[in-house]
Amino acid sequence: MRPSPAGDRAWAAGVAVLGGSILVVAGLILLELGGESVLAWRRLGLLRFLVGTDWDPVQDKFGALPFVYGTLVTSAVAILAAVPVSVGLALFLSEMGPKQLRRPVAFAIEVLAAIPSVIFGLWGLFVMVPWLRSTVEPALQRTLGFLPLFRGPTIGLGYLAAGLILAIMILPTIASVTIEVLKTVPLPLKEGALALGATRWEAIRMTVLPYARPGIVGAALLGLGRALGETMAVTMVIGNSPDIHASLFAPGYSLPAVIANEFAEATGDLHVSALAALGLVLFGITVLLNAFAQLLLKTVSRGFQRRPG
Amino acid sequence: MKKLALCSLLLLASTARAAPILITGAGATFPFPLYSKWFSEYNKLYPDIRFNYQSIGSGGGIQQFTNGTVDFGATDAPMTPEELAKAPDVVHIPTVLGAVVVTYNAPFPALRLTPDLLASIYLGKITRWNDPALAKANPGVQFPDLPVTVVRRSDGSGTTYVFTDYLGKVSKEWKERVGTAKSVSWPVGLGGKGNEGVTGLIKQTPGAIGYVELAYANQNKLPLTVLQNRDGNFVAPSLESTSAAAAGVAIPADYRVSLTDPAGANAYPIASFTYLLVHKDAKDQAKGDAIVKFLWWAVHQGQALAGPLDYAPLPKAVVTMVEKTIQGLQVQGKPVPLASSR
Repeated sequence: MRPSPAGDRAWAAGVAVLGGSILVVAGLILLELGGESVLAWRRLGLLRFLVGTDWDPVQDKFGALPFVYGTLVTSAVAILAAVPVSVGLALFLSEMGPKQLRRPVAFAIEVLAAIPSVIFGLWGLFVMVPWLRSTVEPALQRTLGFLPLFRGPTIGLGYLAAGLILAIMILPTIASVTIEVLKTVPLPLKEGALALGATRWEAIRMTVLPYARPGIVGAALLGLGRALGETMAVTMVIGNSPDIHASLFAPGYSLPAVIANEFAEATGDLHVSALAALGLVLFGITVLLNAFAQLLLKTVSRGFQRRPG
Repeated sequence: MKKLALCSLLLLASTARAAPILITGAGATFPFPLYSKWFSEYNKLYPDIRFNYQSIGSGGGIQQFTNGTVDFGATDAPMTPEELAKAPDVVHIPTVLGAVVVTYNAPFPALRLTPDLLASIYLGKITRWNDPALAKANPGVQFPDLPVTVVRRSDGSGTTYVFTDYLGKVSKEWKERVGTAKSVSWPVGLGGKGNEGVTGLIKQTPGAIGYVELAYANQNKLPLTVLQNRDGNFVAPSLESTSAAAAGVAIPADYRVSLTDPAGANAYPIASFTYLLVHKDAKDQAKGDAIVKFLWWAVHQGQALAGPLDYAPLPKAVVTMVEKTIQGLQVQGKPVPLASSR
């Protein structure tokens, strides 16, 4: 084929435009949110808005803390519940389980990922919440009730319910990425460990997991990204009360949920502006966590010489 | 060739004449089922007039109407003075009435509440069903030893506006501590999204109490609380008692009035109008004409369609008032000729 510098240049320019467009979109979002929220920052004050705990549209008092707290707590519960299960699932499928089982289980994970979030929310409200209220929460209270995390009335709706729904929703993401990561572990590494007399578990612990660790952390952060932004399923089971409670049984609220709930019928410019400011806060949290993730990835990759993939 | 051109020109002209008038509107979700019925029935009578209504919520309806992106708006709560300032030529046309009812999940067949009791429950002062104050208002009812779980809307909504408007009228403490709005800072309770979310939470939680629209409660056969009205009578929510609420209030010429806590022996105390928003003087001849004629139809023939869909029709006195308002609407500075009043 004859080289065509003109075509090459056009191609390069086209790709550059497509690549640059993501920066433009992110910039526009930031600009729009910033513009919309100027009024809130000016009238309420940056610090007072961020650490304020009142949310009262009637008296024009707006504080973001209950929503930030709810978002972080539910996402933390989700990660803590989903990562061990996902990694175990991935190890079983790629290392231990019978080959015939891998395809159906992998298919089931993909199906789980395709369920719309409103379905998760409905299932959570009608199946999981009653179960939490009547069985799980009383049991936790009996055994771990000395911790402030598991105190108070058990109504089912709250941080715990939202966190567990999120855990189920981010499980497919984390599990399927982890499976792909485990596939990249070189066979000679495992064979070497086994040849040295390691048991299967020891081989996994000493070669597979360290090699895959950066990838697993990356998978968890992908899941976290979804958990932070999930709206529909969370609002259906979190209780929608802008309060801060130490107990996981108590009702709370999250950033995306309050924006979705109140934006359509927000009256008053300050209310709309405060909701846009919440959007900016959510944006900020996501950016911070991503930066933290990059840092974490660098640290864990250094622990193992060879880069995966 | 010339003939062909002439033919196609004629064809174009004829299609232009028969082109349907498409009228767009946006706003409240509460009257949406009734409005879609009205629009489809009206379209059967006048096939060249088509309506496109987006039920995006009252706030969105007001905003789109003010920005001029739709031909008419719809809202449950009347526009505020600030909103009016941005749309000075708006006219509120009440179409039907809705009511907010209190429903519950507890093992007794009927519940009677006084305004005080309802406010106390929503202020978080009555926390258990076996509170002596509840027993006093309900002689003969065996109340269980259950916590009262208060449920309310989490999304901004006209239903919340009407409910908090009522509580603000009957309780001074509510007015000072919480106030009236589409979203408020609730002293207690769990938030559900939409009527269905509130109903879901109530059905899920033994001992729960919450508020939903009458139409929704009727269609889902929810237990209804009987409320004491201003005249001291205990009134069950129904279409008749809702319509009676509008008869007990002096209605101003712009219809921007709260119907909660009205006078009247049989008036249900938590009722409200729902409105269409139109221009006092429409700019587009064809569309303006069609809207005014449709409004005329809606407050006459349209009212008969309200009951079967669980909306309370306007009382006679209000219809007479609205007739005058519609006759006062103009298109390009001229009134629209209307069929004689029935």
